[in-house]
Amino acid sequence: MAGDHKHNDPLPETVLRVKSLESLLIEKGLVEAAALDALVDRYETKVGPKNGAKVIARAWADVDFKQRLLTDGSAAIAEFGFSGGQGEELVAVENTEAIHNVVVCTLCSCYPWPVLGLPPVWYKSAPYRSRVVREPRKVLAEFGTTLPETTEVRVWDSTAETRYLVVPRRPPGTDGMTEDDLALLVTRDSMIGVSVALTPAQAREI
Amino acid sequence: MDGIHDMGGMHGMGPVEAEENEPVFHADWEKRVFAMNNAISALGVRNIDESRHARERMDPAQYLASSYYEIWLDGLVRILSEKGLISTQELSGVMAPRPVSTPRPALAAPDVDAVMDKGSNYVAPRGKAPSFTAGQTVRARNIHPASHTRLPRYARGHEGIIETDYGLHVFADASAAGRSDPQHLYNVKFTSTELWGPDGHAGDNIYLDLWDDHLEAV
Repeated sequence: MAGDHKHNDPLPETVLRVKSLESLLIEKGLVEAAALDALVDRYETKVGPKNGAKVIARAWADVDFKQRLLTDGSAAIAEFGFSGGQGEELVAVENTEAIHNVVVCTLCSCYPWPVLGLPPVWYKSAPYRSRVVREPRKVLAEFGTTLPETTEVRVWDSTAETRYLVVPRRPPGTDGMTEDDLALLVTRDSMIGVSVALTPAQAREI
Repeated sequence: MDGIHDMGGMHGMGPVEAEENEPVFHADWEKRVFAMNNAISALGVRNIDESRHARERMDPAQYLASSYYEIWLDGLVRILSEKGLISTQELSGVMAPRPVSTPRPALAAPDVDAVMDKGSNYVAPRGKAPSFTAGQTVRARNIHPASHTRLPRYARGHEGIIETDYGLHVFADASAAGRSDPQHLYNVKFTSTELWGPDGHAGDNIYLDLWDDHLEAV
């Protein structure tokens, strides 16, 4: 958030308060410590943007799948076993030469967890939430994404339980690549819509 | 409520600062806050809209100075206190924890994946008939409820076009007050210049998900 109080520099009382709250909730039988560990592990190691990258790579490689994804996002990601919390009603929006999509939640932090995992700090921050609906081209330029004037920018503000996933454009020079190799080009930011997918040369540098 | 959380269109928040190779969590306390919020959801003691409304009521100066998991912590303590599940005295250790009952038992570790894979349902089988159809021009109502609303300030009073009818859904604004008032949810397209006037960009569009009660016919 804005100001000099950084996300990795909490007030000392915050850490204590979290410990007190967890102890109290455990003592009251409202949460179990092992379940908290499992929730953390799920979103640290199992559910993240690699899920979304698999979905996008298939959409690039398989036109029938892309059509299913654009028609019913939730049903299409379920083909990979991806489903659930913060992605119950998934809508995929496709970037083309004429249209560039970008996703935000101006009111809180809504984000498609089953395909992208948990949102980065900047996505939940005041600068992004305030600016991207008003001046998306400037925000995208700060991410290194400069769009032609003729490209229509579509900003999706996640104000309900619909969750939006951007299908980035398939980069040139990727004909004949396997889905696994294509997935390496699909970044988290390209599925939020602040960036475009990597070229094979860019992916090799990472 | 016209709160600090309703940030769309505000000036002065500075540049977007992305962190390279950002970890999922930055500290252990963030992990616990994230996990506690999700584990509490399994108890059936508060819905997602009550949860959001609790966060929105954080002191606005603190909200701006806090990281997102600090906002979640503040909201979680607030909603659990309001629901009578915890008290300030218990949290500070002044009073011994007293027993409470919940609609569902605590989430167990072996059930975490199944529960999170299942998610929640926001679609309603019955409710109000739709007032609008795809392609219709509508206006976002100029309303300023002190309670929870998912109609952002920046869209109020502006005209848009119904892009898609998503069908009957639990109405978030009512759900935050413990009611469901099912009605149609629509995706509504607003042009950039309709929302921002000459400061907008002709040809660009902003899409919002809004319910029947947020909209009026033009």
